[in-house]
Amino acid sequence: MSDTSPWPEVSFEERMASVEFDVASKPHIVVDADVCRSCTTRACVTACPAGLFVPTHDGGILFNYEQCFECGTCYLVCDNEGAISWSYPEGGHGVVFRYS
Amino acid sequence: MPERFDAVVAGAGPAGAAAAMVLARSGKSVCLLERGPFPGSKNMYGGVIYGRVLDTLIPGWWEQVPVQRWITRRETRVMTATQSLTVGYSTAAWGRPPYNGMTALRPDFDRWLADQAVAAGAVLVTSTVVTGLVRDETGRVTGVRTDRPGGELAAGVVIACDGVNSFLAKEAGLYPAPDPDHFTLGVKEVLAMPRAEIERRFGVSGDEGVDIEALGVTGGIPGGGFVYTNLDTIAVGLVLQISGLAEAKARPEDLIAGFKQHPAIAPLVAGAELKEYSAHLIPEGGYNAMPRLCCDGMLVAGDAAGMTLATGLWLEGVNFAIGSGAAAGETAGEALDRGDASAAGLSGYRRRLERSFVLRNHKKLRRVPALLLSDRMQRRYGPMFCDIAEGLFTVTDPAAKPGLYRLFRASSRRHGLRLVDLARDGWATARSLL
Repeated sequence: MSDTSPWPEVSFEERMASVEFDVASKPHIVVDADVCRSCTTRACVTACPAGLFVPTHDGGILFNYEQCFECGTCYLVCDNEGAISWSYPEGGHGVVFRYS
Repeated sequence: MPERFDAVVAGAGPAGAAAAMVLARSGKSVCLLERGPFPGSKNMYGGVIYGRVLDTLIPGWWEQVPVQRWITRRETRVMTATQSLTVGYSTAAWGRPPYNGMTALRPDFDRWLADQAVAAGAVLVTSTVVTGLVRDETGRVTGVRTDRPGGELAAGVVIACDGVNSFLAKEAGLYPAPDPDHFTLGVKEVLAMPRAEIERRFGVSGDEGVDIEALGVTGGIPGGGFVYTNLDTIAVGLVLQISGLAEAKARPEDLIAGFKQHPAIAPLVAGAELKEYSAHLIPEGGYNAMPRLCCDGMLVAGDAAGMTLATGLWLEGVNFAIGSGAAAGETAGEALDRGDASAAGLSGYRRRLERSFVLRNHKKLRRVPALLLSDRMQRRYGPMFCDIAEGLFTVTDPAAKPGLYRLFRASSRRHGLRLVDLARDGWATARSLL
């Protein structure tokens, strides 16, 4: 971001803080860490709009389901069958859009 | 014994609400299931609802619909990093009944539409996920399982309106493996802006609104950008083909930031505070990528059936969801009356859609999605037309004006477009649109 920007761009944390989540007690997405360790593309890391897939220093993927938009991008870009098991959060939980 | 309804509709978005409304009005018992805490809570879109599909379903709909602004100006912008060529149209007619397009917030609009289904007698159950289909020994769909304890429901017919990721259509075997080329990711910022400031920046007054679509703003990833005016917020976002997004290894929020900083967009959005960020998938494959639309005991409508029309000039989805949902409701009602909800008994759904705007438009425009997302359309024509416009409108004194043909040839060469490409794409475009 240049100093001459006409307005301050929000940080990613502030961006995600603008979204309401009613977090379910159990995760609706399960990632198979063994499959991810052998993955070379890791498309989920950059494509997930919520930035929920984080590479770890030991070559794995750290995954956080709590701020998920429930969009489905991750499993569609995933090259490895079965690495990402995707369902919806339990009823009434997950993302709640108010102004979209 | 599970509770039984004539019809169970999975998903209370526009497709599900329309299906439930039509069925309830024909006297059927209908359960409308929604996984979010209220209809619309899981839904997000790239902005404009075309309401005429409601003319027969809700006469005088514009008196009661929770509209933000009526679109009276529509712009398509072809852009490069520094240039912007706009084709725009505005008319006062779109600001009067029966109107053309409107902006609305989906939590408001979807809730309103679902309320119409409830008023007609449908039972709306929120905060309930349909977790799977119940089928008999022949494979026929006879109900749904939900995530409520003992939450199995029996149904004469099930209508899957469970959105772009439709687990129900996949479970029923109606979808082949999804192709990431056929899906785009919509990412959107809703920004707070006082009404007077929106009127000043966008040149509108009262409840008039503006719809801006942009091409060439996605960092080379097939897709586009948009800016819409709501009443006291604006929506700015991008649509990104997910296979292209994955390949580019770009972050969606960085691409939005780039779009907002474009010299032709920045003056519209600068300084406005983020109110809500959102993301959602869009099924953009069109006619050729649609699933089978019914099987024994079940119909599919809306995004679950890939009904979004994403063709550059026309970007429509909510109206296709309502149109297909209503057609599913009508077909299901007739099938229940005949006592035949088999695939054969439900096959009238497709014929009904083929007679309506839903599949007539999709069939006619079936070649457009692939053409629009092609490399030349995405990366070359925009810069070419921008350069032609720059050459045309830059006064070159003391040199004489270059002449349009010379500009055209120089610009097409500069962007690697051969005459044979131009002829081929021109023909493909004409064949796709005419």
